[in-house]
Amino acid sequence: MASATGGVITQFYNCVVLKNHKLVDDYVYVQDGKIIDPAKMFFDSRRAADVRIDCQGGIVAPGYIDVQINGAFGYDFSNDTDIIDEAVDNVSKGLLLQGCTAFCPTTVSSRPEVYARVLDHLGPRAGSVERGAEVLGAHIEGPFISPQKKGAHELATLRTAAGGLAAFDECYGLDRLRQNAAYVTVAPEVAGMLDAIPRLIEATGIRVAAGHSNATTAEATQALAGGASMITHLFNAMHPFHQRDPGVIGLLGAEGVRPFYGIICDGVHVHPHSVMIAYRAHPDGACLVTDAMAAQSLPNGVYKLGEMDVDVHDGNVYIQGTNTIAGAVITLAECVRNFARFTGASTVEALESATLHPAQMLGIASRKGVLSYGADADIIVLDHDLNVQRVFVAGKEATRENVIYKNKV
Amino acid sequence: MRLVIRHNADTVADYIAEYIKERINQFKPTNERPFVIGLPTGSSPIGVYKRLVQLYNDGALSFKNVVSFNMDEYVGLPRDHPESYHSFMWSHLFKHIDIPPENVNILNGNADDLQAECERYEAKIQSYGGIELFMGGIGPDGHIAFNEPGSSLQSRTRVKTLAYETIIANARFFGGDVSKVPKLALTVGVGTVMDAREVVVIITGANKAIALAKCIEEGVNHMWTVSAIQTHPRSLVVCDDDATLELHVKTVRYFKSIEQVQDEMIGRENLGLYGQVAGPLKYKAIPSGN
Repeated sequence: MASATGGVITQFYNCVVLKNHKLVDDYVYVQDGKIIDPAKMFFDSRRAADVRIDCQGGIVAPGYIDVQINGAFGYDFSNDTDIIDEAVDNVSKGLLLQGCTAFCPTTVSSRPEVYARVLDHLGPRAGSVERGAEVLGAHIEGPFISPQKKGAHELATLRTAAGGLAAFDECYGLDRLRQNAAYVTVAPEVAGMLDAIPRLIEATGIRVAAGHSNATTAEATQALAGGASMITHLFNAMHPFHQRDPGVIGLLGAEGVRPFYGIICDGVHVHPHSVMIAYRAHPDGACLVTDAMAAQSLPNGVYKLGEMDVDVHDGNVYIQGTNTIAGAVITLAECVRNFARFTGASTVEALESATLHPAQMLGIASRKGVLSYGADADIIVLDHDLNVQRVFVAGKEATRENVIYKNKV
Repeated sequence: MRLVIRHNADTVADYIAEYIKERINQFKPTNERPFVIGLPTGSSPIGVYKRLVQLYNDGALSFKNVVSFNMDEYVGLPRDHPESYHSFMWSHLFKHIDIPPENVNILNGNADDLQAECERYEAKIQSYGGIELFMGGIGPDGHIAFNEPGSSLQSRTRVKTLAYETIIANARFFGGDVSKVPKLALTVGVGTVMDAREVVVIITGANKAIALAKCIEEGVNHMWTVSAIQTHPRSLVVCDDDATLELHVKTVRYFKSIEQVQDEMIGRENLGLYGQVAGPLKYKAIPSGN
């Protein structure tokens, strides 16, 4: 079946396809790991589908993209420094089977030695059934964040940007950032940060998100003007909304270009009403994230997040001995279903919040988060209750039979 | 000529799709002896194509051994332009059925040598032993394919300049902007269509009524090129009630009576696809009150 005009051609049929912000009766064609233009295939290459996949009336959508996830299956990207490759491998594969075909492994505020050990292993890596979901680059959350809004992060690791670019170099290594980071979360009000943001972007090309911050509206606005384009877990670990100083949250009501915002829809981190308000204020910016930690998909028990101990109990995770939420254990697929319910968003809007928007935030929407011709063939088939039925990465189907991973414990 | 009159565009499409399905299936096409069909574009055949796709989905019809030749294509429009006839055929028919890509023939309006392209097309038709059934629509000016008024009734595949009326009619596909409609097209000739062993013409809508009347009730005339079917040994026109508005009452009644006799007196099941009777003619009971 492979020929001079390329490899096996797969056709998804009997489905509705998420295309041009609509669900349409259509087909999707895949060849050599990419989505192809079937008219070109038919008229120019004179080829037809070799393999046909009956989607049984389901929805065909791009694979989910999670831009904030600290770990899962017992693994933690900030803590498992000695077995970081094993962590990435198993998390990539486990996420893939959940319908998440690309993600940003996230590190919490850590000491420079940790970044030196792990960042090079969290860099971009193509997805496949052999290796799991695509790694889009690291999301480096902290340590340039506000001590008042550190959430579950360890105070001793926090630092300021008083030294400008040198501070980032000293903490992460600028080369390491350039090669491995997708984006970094900082607090705009931390000393030196507002000046540093544009310089960091220029020096490394990575994106900057505002989070774990007490920034005033003025500071947040300046960060936005300086190039920050994302808000990390909106509402969590930031100055609460105040009508005269809405802070980082207020950026959703800014004039002109507004940032994307990660939002955790487990119903615990953010009240459903708050999700609805954020969504109505800025629907195009919503990026569903899990902020999941090592205990995702593990039974109740005690686990380590960064350098802290946490308690997992029936879907909630707290720093041991406190009421502080440490992280989530939800899957992105569940987030999408919850989001649709909380906000009344259409199926298209809910799906785009876990695919198109994260891809746009990272600047990769020509090849990820969309089913356009030429995009990577990361595809999920869902039923009309938005349960993931089948998962494809780089054009190949990922199943429990061919994607083998293990939990750390 | 047979004239089959149905109530509206939907029932016309029902009839034609069913007819084509029967023709192909009764032909029993194979790889060595495929069913060669000529196909049109435009709004009239969309309903037919939808029903052919449905028949394919239901397993009643396969296009594996069907070879197609489209009537025409714009000159100078990129092949992947949404209004090219390649795009039309892809989205309305080919993408939904099992016709092999190598069996599909559409004129290339971007060929370096348009004349050579036309000659190649004619030769390709000949290589298959000609076209078994050519389906077509009719323009308001009575043209078949892009054989505008004044085209020779013996014409072959060639480049044509589109008539003003045709450009206006097509402007609706180009955002209503007449200046965006291509002015030239490659088209099979009247002679090319009439060489087919059968010609099936679909004519629906009141705006085609005058054209239908000119083409079947008046003389064979190069100003109304569909009129050439009058000398074709096997032609079928399927039209809706609105398209008959300019026909003589006598014409409409005559053709309706043929079907009435077939249904009530002979029985449709005793007739072949062409209305031919196999074996001795048997009459059913004549219904009372007629």
